[in-house]
Amino acid sequence: MERKFVCIRCPQGCEITTTLNGNGAITEITGNSCRIGADFVKAELTDARRTLTTTVRVSGGTRPLCPVWTEKPVPKDKVLDLAAQLRTITLNAPVSAGQIIIKNAAGTGINIVASAPVMAPGGK
Amino acid sequence: MNTTYDVVVVGAGPAGLAAAIEAKKTGAGDVLIIERNDEPGGILPQCIHNGFGSVIFKKDLPGPAYAYNFIEEAKTLGIEIVLDTMVLNITPDKKITAANSRDGFLEFEAGAIILAMGCRERTRANIRVPGDRPAGVFTAGTVQRLVNIEGLMPGKNFVILGSGDIGMIMARRLTLEGANVLKVVELMPCLTGLRRNYVQCLQDFNIPLSLSTTIKRIIGKKRVEAVETVKVDESLNPISGTQETIACDSLLLSVGLIPENELSKKAGVILDPLTGGPAVDENMATNINGIYAAGNVVTIYDLVDYVSKAGMIAGTNAALYTMGKSSSPKYYRLIPGDGVRSVVPQRINTSNIALKSSSTEILIELRVLHEFDSKVFIDIMDGDKVLYSHMEKYARPAEMITLRVDTSKLAGATGDLTVVVSSK
Amino acid sequence: MKNKYDVVIIGSGIIGSLTARYLSRYNLSVLVVEKEIDVGMCPSSANSAIIHAGYDPKPGTMKAEMNAKGNRIWHSLAPELGIVFEKTGSLVVATSEDDVSKLKQLQEQAAANNIPGVEILDKEQLKTREPLINPEAVAALWAPTAAVLDPFGAVLAAAENAVANGVTYLFETEFTDFIIDSGRITGIRTTKGDFICRRVINAAGLYADEVTRKAGARIDFSITPRKGSYLIFDPMKITLKNVIFPVPSEMGKGILASTTTHGNVLIGPNNEACDGKNDTATGEDGLMEVFNGAKRLIPSLDLKNVIAQYCGVRAKGNGTGDFIVEKASEVQGLINLLGIESPGFASAPAIALRVIELLKESGEKLEEKPDWNPVRKPFPHFHRMSNVERKKLIAKNPAYGRIVCRCEEITEGEILDAIHSPVPARTYDGIKRRTWMGTGRCQGAFDYPRVIAILSRELGIPAEEVTKKGKGSELVYRGTKECAQ
Repeated sequence: MERKFVCIRCPQGCEITTTLNGNGAITEITGNSCRIGADFVKAELTDARRTLTTTVRVSGGTRPLCPVWTEKPVPKDKVLDLAAQLRTITLNAPVSAGQIIIKNAAGTGINIVASAPVMAPGGK
Repeated sequence: MNTTYDVVVVGAGPAGLAAAIEAKKTGAGDVLIIERNDEPGGILPQCIHNGFGSVIFKKDLPGPAYAYNFIEEAKTLGIEIVLDTMVLNITPDKKITAANSRDGFLEFEAGAIILAMGCRERTRANIRVPGDRPAGVFTAGTVQRLVNIEGLMPGKNFVILGSGDIGMIMARRLTLEGANVLKVVELMPCLTGLRRNYVQCLQDFNIPLSLSTTIKRIIGKKRVEAVETVKVDESLNPISGTQETIACDSLLLSVGLIPENELSKKAGVILDPLTGGPAVDENMATNINGIYAAGNVVTIYDLVDYVSKAGMIAGTNAALYTMGKSSSPKYYRLIPGDGVRSVVPQRINTSNIALKSSSTEILIELRVLHEFDSKVFIDIMDGDKVLYSHMEKYARPAEMITLRVDTSKLAGATGDLTVVVSSK
Repeated sequence: MKNKYDVVIIGSGIIGSLTARYLSRYNLSVLVVEKEIDVGMCPSSANSAIIHAGYDPKPGTMKAEMNAKGNRIWHSLAPELGIVFEKTGSLVVATSEDDVSKLKQLQEQAAANNIPGVEILDKEQLKTREPLINPEAVAALWAPTAAVLDPFGAVLAAAENAVANGVTYLFETEFTDFIIDSGRITGIRTTKGDFICRRVINAAGLYADEVTRKAGARIDFSITPRKGSYLIFDPMKITLKNVIFPVPSEMGKGILASTTTHGNVLIGPNNEACDGKNDTATGEDGLMEVFNGAKRLIPSLDLKNVIAQYCGVRAKGNGTGDFIVEKASEVQGLINLLGIESPGFASAPAIALRVIELLKESGEKLEEKPDWNPVRKPFPHFHRMSNVERKKLIAKNPAYGRIVCRCEEITEGEILDAIHSPVPARTYDGIKRRTWMGTGRCQGAFDYPRVIAILSRELGIPAEEVTKKGKGSELVYRGTKECAQ
């Protein structure tokens, strides 16, 4: 069986074709221009991951929202659930850059952190 | 706040912040950034997605984090940033007028000015989508600001026109916040943004993409009620009978960016009609002595890292100018030749390339006219002579090509240079 | 709410608002009812923005009389009401000898209509007046009294002056019927209740036929709406000095190219069938018709530089096609203003003054108020000020230092003026029309979030209730995080 992928690891976006045998094991990878492409395809077949970036509500800040992200890519099938979970959280200002918002999000071992600070009024 | 500064930077986005930092580090005295928004960072605070920083920080960062690094450095260096302030005019003798509600009407004199106003989005009128003028037609950047900064959702059911990166990124963003993105339509027969964004923003969320399709008409008087799409042929003309009506309450436009140069024109800066931005040399100097330009105000970049790089070049050279370490140069032009849509810089200082021994790297950014599927060569020609050649695996109009050219390679140049692209 | 007035005016377009303004001079209680959320939402704010000189209407018609008079009045009325008004003059451009003979006919018509200063220019004179004119043009009719104005600004100025002098405006108040007692109008019914009155002035524009029919007057009169599309160009890319027409045909004055008070180039209108009276949708064919038409006058127009497009609807009446300005003969107490299509804007002050005469003839004793103030001062316009003026303005009120619309340099102070004016802006479009915010190159992309915040704060409503143009045109519908799943 053949499966096609577009690699997302760099802007080039190689179109990669993999051939799988009856057990689902990869027998051939073509179209990639580097090793990262092959690694990407292997990961997509076994443990596809994405970085989630979203926002979290902040109370008492100069902004109503704080941008947050998963420090590392999380399993793809957790992305929507995590986004929904993050909608229910409200932080108190000030929030500092890199502040952990959720530790070990959804049991992935990966933290969700603030990507920028949100000050309290008065510049704190 | 002073009334005179060695260097004044217009815009605290990625180009302006990098320029101010580099100017300060190079030795400029007082450096001021004037920013119209209420926080520094330009568009980056609303670009909460990752994908920034691979060149400068060797890391994959979200936009706000990328900006934060620069903002902190600027603070540490004692660079003044005046926020919520609009520059109204710049004169060729480097006088600046601006206004805000805190300090009132402001007048500055600058030793050097760096233009870093960025760009704006093309609008509905630029592409003339017919129909009424209901609420619910927004540019992608406006929606991005509403959703990510203001905390407001402008619609429930979206159709997106344009497969540029901002459009696709907003498709994902809206989906993550519970809106429905019904379809992305693209006039061209190919994606205009990066393919990886197609995968992670559309495919991952099962958002359909229709290529060679455009919006024929907006339906709805008060609020958008539907859009009518139509397929187009190879010459981009609508194919009758292919209309489809999609019920929706919002149309989001991601149909390109235009350098924002109203202030540049007031200052007497000459623009390149191919890029829409100031014609600059490799130091990002414009035709007006002491006025530099960097970032999307010069040409639309794909990667913010290169915007910052251009800012750094402009910052260094603006500082050198105020320190009297810059002579009035002679130039060879850099001309887009076969297969090339535009080139930045538009001219190169001959004294920079005269010395075989000197080995400074200059950045040349170019865009091609059409897609090259396989190997291409980008050559810098002096008449028939190839001075520099670079190979790329492919070339696409949507993707900017950055050449890092060692000036010693151009040392033999005898006149204007031409940049050509060919598959040989 | 007060429900008894001497005079009710139906419609707040240029005719209704100028009538209200002239009536405000007298000891009368006057009510203007408007079905939309703001003044001049219909044809009065979507037209060619031209005060025609008056050579075009057939001599002897009401149109000819009103246009010639109206044009003269506008020249003094505009400064009195603080309306931006530019005496550009207009050109009718001939591209063939056949056309030249038509210019001569127009010149004769101008003399018959008493239009001053009309002359025929040769090719060289034309080129000097308008350097971008099609080089194939051979001659032009020059009418120096034609002018351009900001049409919505004019309606607003008239309405503000009327309100300052005691007139009441009610918005989102739709006329539904007359109250008639033994052949005499004694009031009107609206969606906001009944209003007792002695006189009704039907200035309902596109809907004037439906209004008069309810009174059993002029029941054969009907309006067939015809729409016209317009395109606006970036003033940084192209500018014109004049109003430029082709030689007119039986279809009308044709597709023109004109400067605006804002320095943009405006082209249009074509003449298309409408899908109902509120069909203001532009179509690709119509827009291209306009573009190709205007290109015959100004060949250097480039579609790339279009920054806005819109469509206006004409109140085209049946019958002779002339304006109807009369006391209704079928019922007492009604003054009908019917079929006021182009040159309606140019004619408006003359029509309004004619209404005053008709009221006098009907026996209204019009006593002048001693304290009537005919002058309306415009709000500050930052963009048009010198640096010295700007400095003073911001010093007086810091809100004028915050620029909300970057392309047109519109300040928060101007937006607050619009929201708190005698005829207040309550919507995004209301602010846009009053201040020109969002009309530039970025078409509001930058100001939207800022204006939503200002309107929400000033009107004391949540962002979700801020609209573009009244109920049903909300701009946002929930907070980003207020999502069920």
